[in-house]
Amino acid sequence: MTMPLSLCLRQFFVLSFCVFFCLAGQAAVWNVTLLEDTNAPDLEKPRLDRAYLGHPGGPASDGWSQALEDARFELESTHTQINWKAVSISTMEAARAASQQAEKSGQQALVVNLPAPWVAALAGAVKIPIINVGAASDSLREVHCQRNLLHTLASDRMRSDALAQALVSRKWLQVLLLTGPSAEDRARSATAQASLRRYGLKVIAERPYKISTDPRERDLANTKLLTSGANYDVVWVVDSDGEFARALPYNIQSARPVVGDAGLLALSWHAQYERYGAPQVSRRFAKTYKRAMTQQDWSSWMAGKAVSLAAGNLPKVAAADLLTGLNQLSLDGSKGIPMQFRPWDGQLQQTMLLTDGQGVIGTAPVEGILHPRNTLDTLGADSNEKRCPNRS
Amino acid sequence: MIELATRKSVRRVPLGDAPEIFDVSPDGKTFFASNEDDAELTFVDTETGKTTGQVKVGKEPEGVKVSPDGKTVFVTSEVASMVHVVDVASQKIRKNITVGKRPRRFAITPDSQELWVTNELGASVSVISMKDYSVVATIPLTLKGARATDITPVGLIMTRDGKRAYVTMGRANHVAFVDVASRKVTDQVLVGKRPWSLALNQDESKLFVVNGLSDDMTVIDTAKAKAMVSVPVGRVPHTVVLAN
Repeated sequence: MTMPLSLCLRQFFVLSFCVFFCLAGQAAVWNVTLLEDTNAPDLEKPRLDRAYLGHPGGPASDGWSQALEDARFELESTHTQINWKAVSISTMEAARAASQQAEKSGQQALVVNLPAPWVAALAGAVKIPIINVGAASDSLREVHCQRNLLHTLASDRMRSDALAQALVSRKWLQVLLLTGPSAEDRARSATAQASLRRYGLKVIAERPYKISTDPRERDLANTKLLTSGANYDVVWVVDSDGEFARALPYNIQSARPVVGDAGLLALSWHAQYERYGAPQVSRRFAKTYKRAMTQQDWSSWMAGKAVSLAAGNLPKVAAADLLTGLNQLSLDGSKGIPMQFRPWDGQLQQTMLLTDGQGVIGTAPVEGILHPRNTLDTLGADSNEKRCPNRS
Repeated sequence: MIELATRKSVRRVPLGDAPEIFDVSPDGKTFFASNEDDAELTFVDTETGKTTGQVKVGKEPEGVKVSPDGKTVFVTSEVASMVHVVDVASQKIRKNITVGKRPRRFAITPDSQELWVTNELGASVSVISMKDYSVVATIPLTLKGARATDITPVGLIMTRDGKRAYVTMGRANHVAFVDVASRKVTDQVLVGKRPWSLALNQDESKLFVVNGLSDDMTVIDTAKAKAMVSVPVGRVPHTVVLAN
């Protein structure tokens, strides 16, 4: 007797749910496509196992789905439904085609976790809002910026500005810069030097390094040789790969700290951040995905928060309105301060966390650094720099 | 559970992974605790210590307040930016009220007409009508020389006559005195760093404020609106309760 009754009851509930929504006629359905290369080198298991600080810990769909689950009550109360699908792509051309296809099929937004050149290529090809959650390159906020392109992940420059603030506040002013061999390393090294200049620090020398055990290359590979013959307060290492930087602290000639991509880092998020409700977010994430929440996870989580909040505020489903809505948001990212997408480059302003990987040593903007409007804008390109040609 | 006379812990009640704030029913038989990690309001029988109910609410529930008649419990969700109105008898959510960003703590006016709630990232206090649970006013908190983003109200308490409310302003390091009838800020008193929770003494002449980031407690003369003294306490003080 119990079985049929419970079945009958369940059917009743399903039906009543439908009647409620159908009669109310209010459930606004938004469609979002998440594009990522699930076969990207960064997401391969051996790479993930190394868990280099600042590198992704898993796919962007994790943080994104966590945010939608978190927003369940808000979405229900605003009768908003977000339908999303993940599409895995493996070339720049496929990224562009998938974006155009998504726009053509009536999707209202794209969330992208792809290399910077791919993001640049697809952002120019569609008009619907795009949230970049995985590419930190400043070129996407500057020369390749677009009106419809927003970024939740902090840019490389925001990271290096945060670190430069930390150094200047400690009066560690003399910097030895070690730069890796890749094009990405060279670009990020230039960005780091811009930050060092912005905060009045001095690069006493910039030296290239190479991972090698070849004795003929020891000037490039031996960390003691690389760091000798100079007086400096810190060694700043730029290593987008991670392997060289990991072994650098405590292996240099002087008793000095290492910062940059090892030692002390500036990141958007760290699972050990203890303030402003951050531990609850990290714990929820760890419970669901069985891993520590990284800065990339925070970025895709913020994308989910932003889309669900903006969509819930809107009376009708329209991609153009969503872009306007996203630009007007004041977001709570569990870092203690409301944050907005900057109108001048689409970057989400945010507090940066200074971490050695074990815990959070401090935050930036550091105390004492001031700004005429919002101290968060001391991190990354400011409005008066006018670096984004498509938004001025 | 701590016995006041001996100051000893006499019992423990399991409440899940991360219990946050609780309130007790007027008859003292039930207490209601927000459970941050499970996003639940937990009902506990004070006599037996057994869980008698669980209501799913928005993520990161925080402030809990029982209505004076004991029929309703209000819970904030920091993530959903909502106040959940929970019916005690049916253990169901009766209404979700959207308030400001990151709502925290409550106060109810003595005439049971209004429910006040602080919005930590909204730099404001929402005033909710207890009749229809609509937001009837939002009181903005400002401070000369401080930006809106630095005003992060959390603690909230009201005098017994319902004439004045005290609100901690978080990062702005002040406590605001609010005239309840006119909903206007009358005074602002400088305290320690990131003031959090507060309590009044019996005759309401003194206000005690714990400062989360300076490890101390400021005592304020409420008539003069002046801080009298700040005393060091333990690390990261969260809540102050006076045992008469």
